[in-house]
Amino acid sequence: MTALLTIIIVLFVAVALWQMVKIFDLAQVGTTNSQVADDHDNKINGYLMIGFLIFIYLITILSFWYLGDLPLMSNAASEHGVEVDNLMIISMVVIFIVQTLTQFILHYFAYKYRGEKGKKALFYADNTTLEFIWTVIPVIVLAGLIIYGLFTWNDIMNIDEDEDPMVIELYAQQFSWKARYSGADNVLGKANVRLIDIDRANVLGVDEDDPNAADDVIVTELHLPVGKPVVFKMRSQDVLHSAYMPHFRAQMNCVPGMVTQFGFTPTITTADMRQSPDMVEKVKNINALRLERKAEIEEAGQDLVYEFDYLLLCNKICGKSHYNMQMKIIVETQEEYDAWLKEQKTFPNSLN
Amino acid sequence: MSATIDTHGHEEDHDVHHHKETFITKYIFSIDHKMIAKQYLITGTIMGVIGVLMSIMFRMQIAWPEEPNLLFEAVLGKWAPGGVMDADIYLALVTIHGTIMVFFVLTAGLSGTFSNLLIPLQIGARDMASGFLNMVSYWLFFLSSVIMVISLFVEAGPAAAGWTIYPPLSALPMASGGSGMGMTLWLVSMAIFIASSLLGSLNYIVTVINLRTKGMSMTRLPLTIWAFFVTAVIGVISFPVLLSAALLLIMDRSFGTSFFLSDIFIQGEVLHYQGGSPVLFEHLFWFLGHPEVYIVILPAMGLVSEIMASNSRKPIFGYRAMIASILAIAFLSTIVWGHHMFISGMNPFLGSVFTFTTLLIAIPSAVKAFNWITTIWKGNLQMNPAMLFSIGFVSTFITGGLTGIILGDSALDINVHDTYFVIAHFHLVMGISALYGMFAGIYHWYPKMFGRMLNKNLGYLHFWITAVCAYGVFFPMHFIGMAGLPRRYYTNSNFPLFDDLANANVIITIFAIIGGVAQIVYLYNFFASMFFGKKAEQNPWKSTTLEWTTPVEHIHGNWPGAIPHVYRWSYDYSKPGHDVDFVPQNVPLKEGEEELQH
Repeated sequence: MTALLTIIIVLFVAVALWQMVKIFDLAQVGTTNSQVADDHDNKINGYLMIGFLIFIYLITILSFWYLGDLPLMSNAASEHGVEVDNLMIISMVVIFIVQTLTQFILHYFAYKYRGEKGKKALFYADNTTLEFIWTVIPVIVLAGLIIYGLFTWNDIMNIDEDEDPMVIELYAQQFSWKARYSGADNVLGKANVRLIDIDRANVLGVDEDDPNAADDVIVTELHLPVGKPVVFKMRSQDVLHSAYMPHFRAQMNCVPGMVTQFGFTPTITTADMRQSPDMVEKVKNINALRLERKAEIEEAGQDLVYEFDYLLLCNKICGKSHYNMQMKIIVETQEEYDAWLKEQKTFPNSLN
Repeated sequence: MSATIDTHGHEEDHDVHHHKETFITKYIFSIDHKMIAKQYLITGTIMGVIGVLMSIMFRMQIAWPEEPNLLFEAVLGKWAPGGVMDADIYLALVTIHGTIMVFFVLTAGLSGTFSNLLIPLQIGARDMASGFLNMVSYWLFFLSSVIMVISLFVEAGPAAAGWTIYPPLSALPMASGGSGMGMTLWLVSMAIFIASSLLGSLNYIVTVINLRTKGMSMTRLPLTIWAFFVTAVIGVISFPVLLSAALLLIMDRSFGTSFFLSDIFIQGEVLHYQGGSPVLFEHLFWFLGHPEVYIVILPAMGLVSEIMASNSRKPIFGYRAMIASILAIAFLSTIVWGHHMFISGMNPFLGSVFTFTTLLIAIPSAVKAFNWITTIWKGNLQMNPAMLFSIGFVSTFITGGLTGIILGDSALDINVHDTYFVIAHFHLVMGISALYGMFAGIYHWYPKMFGRMLNKNLGYLHFWITAVCAYGVFFPMHFIGMAGLPRRYYTNSNFPLFDDLANANVIITIFAIIGGVAQIVYLYNFFASMFFGKKAEQNPWKSTTLEWTTPVEHIHGNWPGAIPHVYRWSYDYSKPGHDVDFVPQNVPLKEGEEELQH
């Protein structure tokens, strides 16, 4: 209903504006109105250009004010995430400076050099020095960003086997996630969708004859010990999915027919993250907003009070329920993790 | 006016308007490039209206996800039972919106309109090299538009796999309702579209190379023609690759091959596909998909360069650098496609290579932006609506382009890939910018197309509302993206994590609705001025290029007399030593006057 009302109001506003322009046009009958801009138009639009510059600055400031809590630039919960955030901040500062300056020059010139009858423009067609300068400056800035970026990228994507990362399989299907821990041997049992046997609850198609599969553990909630390097081996059984773990600055597509991988080291436990001042603030804010929508939220069967948890989201369009394909991630101490793992059934025990 | 070609040059070209034109040959199966341009424009406009309406609907869904909406019930029918939008149709709207805007509006509508209109007129040719192929090209485009619209009414729903139609989602009807008949029609429509685009591009290339009038050397061409020419070359290189991808996908879908599919278990059964890879499709798709971005933006850049020079009453700054940067962008555009695939599972080394080539594109882009700004420096700016849209183009191109530095950097892309940050980036840099270029072109060349002027006050109103709304919609999206919100989510209500973004989404939607509705001002102006607009003068903007030497009333063959010869480049504005502030290209050099060394 709100939406409909909005549309109607907007329509009326449009009609009103149109009528005003009509009146404006009619008032001009008799004067020479060639539909080509005259000095009056140049002046008004010149001023509006300055107005628009202010609008751009204003929307920038307001966006920072209201949406400036940028979880993807601070609070990284993984080792490489800190590096990524630094690069992100440097890039943002460069962008911010260039944006502020060039928009100023563009709109200021549009205002300053607005046309007047009898004025003549400067015939100025070329200046090699100037063009050289604004070719070289971007080259230097970009060279810096490229080099920094490539080092960071290589650092993230090269998985250091010496650190003995824990191998976990992330398994995607329409529209849920599962995780398979490789167990004490740290080797995943072989698997293929052709081995899936729903009746026996072998939903991941793990090879029962593979001894490596004997200690595998399949779960629907991801637990990670803090400070321990992890490498995720990703599979999908049907369409493309993307395992997106924003707090860990991690993302990789899950592709049917191949295994993709991404590794990182979580550095902050869920409990610690919940207590970080930024997060406390954010959660407080969210809960205040949720209280306003109390009825709606309870009707949808959700908990009213939100508590922070790391999440794994699907971030590649995968069909109807793409918008609700998520898995909770819990980062905890090694002891908590060990205790949790002990309670889970191993793969052979989980079969019917 | 010395530039005007008067009508006593009849000794040559008597054959120009011999045959009698019927209604059908003049307005429907026309082979005249000016009429074909108008056909492209009007078809593109209709498709644009559909595309914008879709975006307003899915924006309303994002802003008010649970509320029943009368508009949905009225427009979507069974897809919105009780006025609540279905999740499948949400994805379909997103998919078709993208397809229509990228291909039907900003490729065919923009390039098709202005390449057809301006290439013969500005190079001094009677028509395209092949008028017949040109007609076929338009009608194939029309056919593909019709098929795309028909696909909206398919029982199981239109294609809903995103405009990138990645398999297996697009290949398996069990994975998505839209991947049945809806996707078949999508693929057929696109295959026809590509054929149309190729015929058009070949025609543009041949015409520019062969039919330039005497004196029109490549270094005297207006930048519009350079842009159209290079665009056509990129199109010919990359569109066939998409066609091959579409054909292979059709084979996988209908004939059981496994080019893109392997090891699939869906709805309780294992499918026979073995050995293919969706990543291969991604490579093929983006080998077109990325150049496509430049197919969209280069013509807009050309139009904007021309309009800025004319309305600044100044030569374009750095003509040679502008051409060089067009060529550099075109070259680089074919070797950067992998930046869409950093996290697709391809070898990370490739990610490094594509990061490098991608960030290089920022250099020619920066050169262009600075050259435009220098063009208006110390000009005598005539603030016609076309000029406003051109300045708006530079503004959004800078804002949108800068964030490319983040997305093109593989290490940072991990984080913001497929979030609203990407939506903000590409809508500003190629969506809104190209649309502004198109509007600028329409306001500028409307007198040439229809012989009448658009109302300037409606034009101002149109520009300022659109400009404010474009920033209002897309600027905050950067921040929503940096908060980690994925794109293509039907609703965010399952993620309390994103609850603090809900208000921003409502504001964005309100801006989108106002901006969308404001286009009514433009549509009214466009159609009403055709009949009631003020009659145009021959050269209303006092430009130098050849199209303004043709008569206002269209004639087949463009010039009633001989084709004018060209003696100078197209940017002699405010040249010292002349009384007027523009010297048309067909005016011979004065005694002792030197042509600028450019």
